[in-house]
Amino acid sequence: MDVTIRVRRQDPEAVDERRLPYWQDYPVTIADNATVLDALIQIREDDDGTLSLRCSCRSAICGSCAMRINGHAGLACKTIANTVIQDGVITVEPAGVMPVVKDLVVNFDLFWEKIEAVDPYLKHIGREPEGEYIVSNDAMLHLSSVTACIMCGACVSDCTVLEVDPTFLGPAALAKAYRFTADPRDGDDEGVSMERLWALSEPTGIWDCTRCNECVQACPKGVAPMDRIMAMREQAIQAGYDNNNGARHTDAFTESVGHSGRLDELRLPIKSVGMMNLPALMDYMPVAFRAMRRGKMPPIAHKNVDNVEAVRRIFDRTQPEPAAPKVSNNSPFG
Amino acid sequence: MPEDLQHDVLIVGAGLAGMRAAIAARAGGATTAIISKVHPVRSHSNAAQGGINAALLDRGDDWEDHAYDTIKGSDFLGDQDAIEVMCRQAGASLIDMEHMGVTFNRDDEGRLGTRAFGGQRRARTFFVGDFTGQALLHVMFEQLIKSGVQRYEEWFVTSLIMEEGRAAGVIALEIRTGELHVIRAKTVIFATGGCGRLFEPSTNALIVTGDGMGLIYNAGGQLMDMEMVQYHPTTLAGSGVLISEAARGEGAYLRDKDGNRFMEKYAPNMMELASRDVVSRAEQTEINGGNGVDGCVYLDCTHLGESLIMEKLSQIREIGIDLAGADMIREPIPIRPGMHYIMGGIKTDVNGLTNLNGIYAAGECANVSVHGGNRLGANSLLDTIVFGERAGNHAADAVRSIGYADFDSNATLARERRRIQEMLDRPENGDRWGAIRKDMGDSMNRNVAVFRNEEGIQETLGDLHDLRRRYENVPVQNKAKTFNTDLIFALELGYMLDCADTIAVGALERRESRGAQFRVDYPERNDEEWLHHIVLTQGDGGPQVSELPVVITNWTPEERKY
Repeated sequence: MDVTIRVRRQDPEAVDERRLPYWQDYPVTIADNATVLDALIQIREDDDGTLSLRCSCRSAICGSCAMRINGHAGLACKTIANTVIQDGVITVEPAGVMPVVKDLVVNFDLFWEKIEAVDPYLKHIGREPEGEYIVSNDAMLHLSSVTACIMCGACVSDCTVLEVDPTFLGPAALAKAYRFTADPRDGDDEGVSMERLWALSEPTGIWDCTRCNECVQACPKGVAPMDRIMAMREQAIQAGYDNNNGARHTDAFTESVGHSGRLDELRLPIKSVGMMNLPALMDYMPVAFRAMRRGKMPPIAHKNVDNVEAVRRIFDRTQPEPAAPKVSNNSPFG
Repeated sequence: MPEDLQHDVLIVGAGLAGMRAAIAARAGGATTAIISKVHPVRSHSNAAQGGINAALLDRGDDWEDHAYDTIKGSDFLGDQDAIEVMCRQAGASLIDMEHMGVTFNRDDEGRLGTRAFGGQRRARTFFVGDFTGQALLHVMFEQLIKSGVQRYEEWFVTSLIMEEGRAAGVIALEIRTGELHVIRAKTVIFATGGCGRLFEPSTNALIVTGDGMGLIYNAGGQLMDMEMVQYHPTTLAGSGVLISEAARGEGAYLRDKDGNRFMEKYAPNMMELASRDVVSRAEQTEINGGNGVDGCVYLDCTHLGESLIMEKLSQIREIGIDLAGADMIREPIPIRPGMHYIMGGIKTDVNGLTNLNGIYAAGECANVSVHGGNRLGANSLLDTIVFGERAGNHAADAVRSIGYADFDSNATLARERRRIQEMLDRPENGDRWGAIRKDMGDSMNRNVAVFRNEEGIQETLGDLHDLRRRYENVPVQNKAKTFNTDLIFALELGYMLDCADTIAVGALERRESRGAQFRVDYPERNDEEWLHHIVLTQGDGGPQVSELPVVITNWTPEERKY
């Protein structure tokens, strides 16, 4: 099978225009069942030794070869070439968000800093048992669906928040955090990881995800980072960490729709930051003025939808009993 | 000129054995650093799928049973003192890993669950689905972060520095910048993995190039039992990617082209769960006898049921779908024996010490020897954890009473820069490393594989001789400093050629059939003449052969039947 591999290259040492990103076409003949990585290895071995990329296991377990294939992050070794050819061409680019070192190699420093920021190791409060911890197989299987993560960075590459806000912990680190918050062996005797949930509720953490779902689509191992982030939001609220913008936003959202059947967009941000939070409210003023100038200001008088009673009945049926707060909202950990 | 980097204990290689050693050395009070040519979680320990063996006393198991199965699996070439150490320690090491956070599958009572594995009379293989190695590796990396060990990630060791007859440090290439650095150390622990890429095909990752074995061999160290190369019974048609023994552990069958379970003929008791050398030979015999299809036989999981496969074998199912277009829930998948693991390696004692002063080895690059002629599935992870820890502990103790060797690092560095520059300056008209590696891999896989004979091995030795001539002129097309993998592959090829020489010479020397070594021209095991290790050291004309006795404690060699 003949195909052109169009590679986004960049050479930081070049003195000419190859310093900047450029495209290079490599026509190759590959087997029908060859992966995109097979094609790249063939180019590197037989044609162009200057092409740099990371790869090792060829079977989607080492996490080295995440890159953008036809614009979306994935593992080159897990992508069968003939499934992604478009008009005889496959485009291959370095992973996003992380800066390019050379060609398809990106700098993972930021990625690993974020992993380290979530204290990525089991922290059990109290004594370890003499033998193994007694925990259910279901709990372990559930965790294994997260520890299946191979740290390839595909989710980080395509995260739309990290693209604009490098302070966000991001999908990989937060999935890693969930691997502990959901572990019955982590935290207190009940398996509640209070300290972690408090820290994760701070800005840059679980409430900064915009739920765009890109990480879920990019992940080659089915880890679904966004779903884990949502699960941690529930864990955090359950643990009593509900006095923050994110949790209040969730509350205000629910309250508004549950009461009127639609979103009260004017009061939502106010309730999210807190009614008495004057500095944060002042920060909203420029946005409010711009919205007014462009005719996008939400109506000041919020109206119910027509059959709001039906919406309220749905809410009554689906709302769980409110959880009793377990802790104060100040950090108990100093 | 910046100060040299300096650490009491320096570990080369950050797979399971290396990280375990680093954590132990740090806990033992030594200033410790770990250096790896890839990020630690990219290491090949990831590829261990099926599990880790341990005889837990509270399950009614006994370390002596585990030891016997291991010794029998080794075809009585394993050193029984080392096997005792490993099997006694297994339970405690397993619980350590669980406490560190490994998400082992459980039984109905919430205790650690087991599965059956090849060559063992009891189910004592503890596992995380079918990605146990990955699960252990990532948890070990978590502990490495916690330990505060200095990490040099994506640094490639180009030379071992020996001074005053002992370890002095290494020279390493920082891959991202292309800079060479001297790292001084009182002791160096090699945990660089195997050398599987010198075979083509192989289940091994592209990084498994025998770097540590080559460096030690070139420094005068001993390689031992290099002829013992494990062909795994189930590697996928085409790509040659590994399909875990866990499939057979969970009850999968091997079938020929007519659907017969041919293992009846070869291992009537253990069937598909005989030791790997036995199963691979059986498959190859069937394939050679015309009972396969396209050079393969079939692994049949269809009777295991979707829920079991999804819970315990999901990753290999995915590999089958991705790389062979076959879903094992619904159809048998084509498999064949494929080069997988090297039992041989750097000769060490039970503390990881080599014959070179201040140099240790652990993991697949080492030969303690616990695997002898054939390694049991799920004993490799155990080997890395147990002997990685022991090497780290021993090194941390040793450095208390010694200082750093004295040498002129500037001169050392200048020499290395010249050596590398000479490689870069070669004319570009010779064969590139890719072609040489491919020819080496083909020759090894043709003649030093499941079945061997003198004529074939001699042919490969001739090939290796020619390949070395070609290698001496191998050009490096990429002249740049930043992430120059072309240069690294050229350096790695040298280590692979060294290892290939020792494997072929060892295979020629051992004129008997034992474990993974099957000589068609000497088809019987011969304890009278060959119940000893073959040791290879570098000489002027290639590997020099000597022998060491096998350590036998409680278990007298007997006929091996499954």
